[in-house]
Amino acid sequence: MRELALHILDIAENSISAGADRIRISVEENLREDRLTITIEDNGKGMDAETVARITDPFITSRTTRSVGLGIPFFKAAAEACEGYFTIQSQPGLGTTVTAVFKRSHIDRMPLGDLAGTLQTLIIGTPEVHWIFEYRINDEEFQFDDQPVKVILAGIPLSDPSVMRYIRETLRTGIDKVRQKSLTPANH
Amino acid sequence: MPTVKSLDDLKKIREEALKKQQMKETSGKSEVIVGMGTVGIAAGARETLKAILDTIEEDNLENIIVRQTGNIGLDSFEPIVQVILPGKEKVTYGKVNGDMARKIMKQHVVGGEIVKEYQIEG
Repeated sequence: MRELALHILDIAENSISAGADRIRISVEENLREDRLTITIEDNGKGMDAETVARITDPFITSRTTRSVGLGIPFFKAAAEACEGYFTIQSQPGLGTTVTAVFKRSHIDRMPLGDLAGTLQTLIIGTPEVHWIFEYRINDEEFQFDDQPVKVILAGIPLSDPSVMRYIRETLRTGIDKVRQKSLTPANH
Repeated sequence: MPTVKSLDDLKKIREEALKKQQMKETSGKSEVIVGMGTVGIAAGARETLKAILDTIEEDNLENIIVRQTGNIGLDSFEPIVQVILPGKEKVTYGKVNGDMARKIMKQHVVGGEIVKEYQIEG
């Protein structure tokens, strides 16, 4: 995968498979400390330490794990190749938090890619999940919580064309605004 | 159309959508499912799904439910798209890129005619 946004999509798919109904995705670019941090936090069924170890290291993966978690070793390798690190904190019955940290300016760091596209896919394709998204560059932040949207819609599906347009434009405008504001030299 | 949207805009969208819903007979909804497992994502499933969403938006297609699902179990045919029209059998398409997805939307989901050349056993 050539975009961090695709890795985010893949990890969030694991959260959905784990039965989560609340998933928070956070992307933070800290220009001062030259760090990029991605966090995906879910309230799914969680894993014990042994399972975490097994899905993190491809060389101990047994065939019984099937294809869930297939992308985790790649995401881990991507972070570690960029002077970063990767952690999975998980507790059976409580949920899982996946964190990947990259040196932001590292030559091998993949671009974030189409973040809005990833979020649109998740929000519209999995309406039963409560999605929370946070994107931050230094002190500029955009937050999207789909719960208020669903409360207002009350019964109108997310795949209604005008609702989709609303979600797409809200995500794109929000992400662009954070990027524009943080491009001012004072913020670097 | 203003670029910054508020929740008030959303309330208006809902009212419009409700009006349209009331005018229409309940003819059932068509379902479009995209496989979004690791293999699917690596093969371009997000772009396939995005093309489906864009077609719905551009052509103002109503009464379509778009869903994503984990691994469908046909790895070598990813990205996979499945279409279920009301009262019809599920049709599975394989190696669907964005352009193919647009054609499936127009010919099958809207027009009711299966795109035979993309169809696989599923």
